[in-house]
Amino acid sequence: MIDVENLSIRVGDFVLDGIDFHVPNGTYGVLMGKTGSGKTSIMESICGLLNTSGGTIKIMGRNVTNLKPASRGIGFVPQDGALFSTMTVRNHLGFALSIRKWDRQCIEKRVVELAETLKILHLLDRIPYRLSGGERQRVSLGRALSYYPNVLCLDEPFSALDDETREDMYRLLKLIVDQMGITVFHITHSYHEARRLADKILRLENGKVLEWDS
Amino acid sequence: MSLEFETETSSRVSSDVPFLASLWIIGGVYIILILSLLVADASYSTPSHFLKALKSTEIRYAIKLSLISCTIAAILSLWVAIPIGYLMSRYEFRGKIFFDAILDIPIVLPPLVIGLSLLILFQTPIGRAIESKVTITYGIPAVILAQFMVACAFAVRAMRVSFDQLDPRQEQVALTLGCNRSQAFWLVVLPEIRSGILTAATLAWSRSLGEFGPILIFAGATRMRTEVLPTTVFLELSIGNIEAAVAVSLLMVFAAMVVLVIVRIYGLKGAIKFKQ
Repeated sequence: MIDVENLSIRVGDFVLDGIDFHVPNGTYGVLMGKTGSGKTSIMESICGLLNTSGGTIKIMGRNVTNLKPASRGIGFVPQDGALFSTMTVRNHLGFALSIRKWDRQCIEKRVVELAETLKILHLLDRIPYRLSGGERQRVSLGRALSYYPNVLCLDEPFSALDDETREDMYRLLKLIVDQMGITVFHITHSYHEARRLADKILRLENGKVLEWDS
Repeated sequence: MSLEFETETSSRVSSDVPFLASLWIIGGVYIILILSLLVADASYSTPSHFLKALKSTEIRYAIKLSLISCTIAAILSLWVAIPIGYLMSRYEFRGKIFFDAILDIPIVLPPLVIGLSLLILFQTPIGRAIESKVTITYGIPAVILAQFMVACAFAVRAMRVSFDQLDPRQEQVALTLGCNRSQAFWLVVLPEIRSGILTAATLAWSRSLGEFGPILIFAGATRMRTEVLPTTVFLELSIGNIEAAVAVSLLMVFAAMVVLVIVRIYGLKGAIKFKQ
């Protein structure tokens, strides 16, 4: 569940004020809006990557407005995947777990489980340079889901993929989200993507978020 | 009509050959100039001069001291340049432009002035207090400090460019995955900029190898004590032994080439292997 109340963001001359919206528990929320309207700034604020100048952000009812990104329980998948070039797929999937000091066997078990779900088991020892665009986004998704976050934030994750790969990713994502019952906050420009995935569509227009159920 | 227009447009596109040829000519002239210097030096020296130079105890000492002092100066430069480069690249703070200008001073100042400034610094009460515990001036530490002062400024520039070129998204993702700033830096940022670290280290090492002015003023030119390879060239020239000076100069060129080529091949392999 995501609750954003009266959120204010200031980045240089760019200002967003009085942003309110709510994504219920286990709901797939999609945020749409024009380029430069501030969608990514809202997502960065929710993830704790951008300081807010007012308002509150609650994740699963807990006020996280002043918490560090690591303490918010959010899985983040950026537009280009932002994979770590020196790490193998296995290292990516186990990264957040080794930071949390899970023991090796548990990490390996979770890595294999994720890899099977995401159909990347055969890629575990590859580095990002040897992966296709769709494979990279699967790895990025697996990395974000590895530690069972409360909320998954996706910033235009499929914008660089071809139609066929994108359709595969929609099916896979929907399957995983339904299995985990996770709350999703997804930014996209594509109406088709929003219609395929969203339970709730949010539209950022003239600095305000309008909400309606899909 | 449109077909005519297209034909007319394509016929007006001139060849790329003059442009590319001019680039090659300008670049080629500079490469030829560098090679001419080396060939001229080589023609002035014979293998026997090299052997004689390598047999000299003083020159062997200078080679050893040069290799050790340059390596220490390069390591110290990296140790300072990585944190400064990161701070200057990632954070905005009051007076940043002023600090940025200060970091460039060792690059802009004449080398002799750096040596003189170091000498004066160690005549101040703080400098004397340090000297009372460790002898620096006119000793090996002075050689390393003089090399470090200049090399570090170049390493800072190289590291800052590397951090500027690294997309902060990877670091941000690491923060959301549970890292604190320090973990994100050590586990994600540093491995991502490994080729930048290699470049900065190479730059600092090669810059230290060629350093002469500050060493002459701050460490002196004492044989078998503070003599590095550029000092040897100066000392051999001053006693009229031009053949030995040229042989040592070529040795320096050879050492620098070996290090630069090895590091570049290694760095390039790493960059290709992990290229995203």
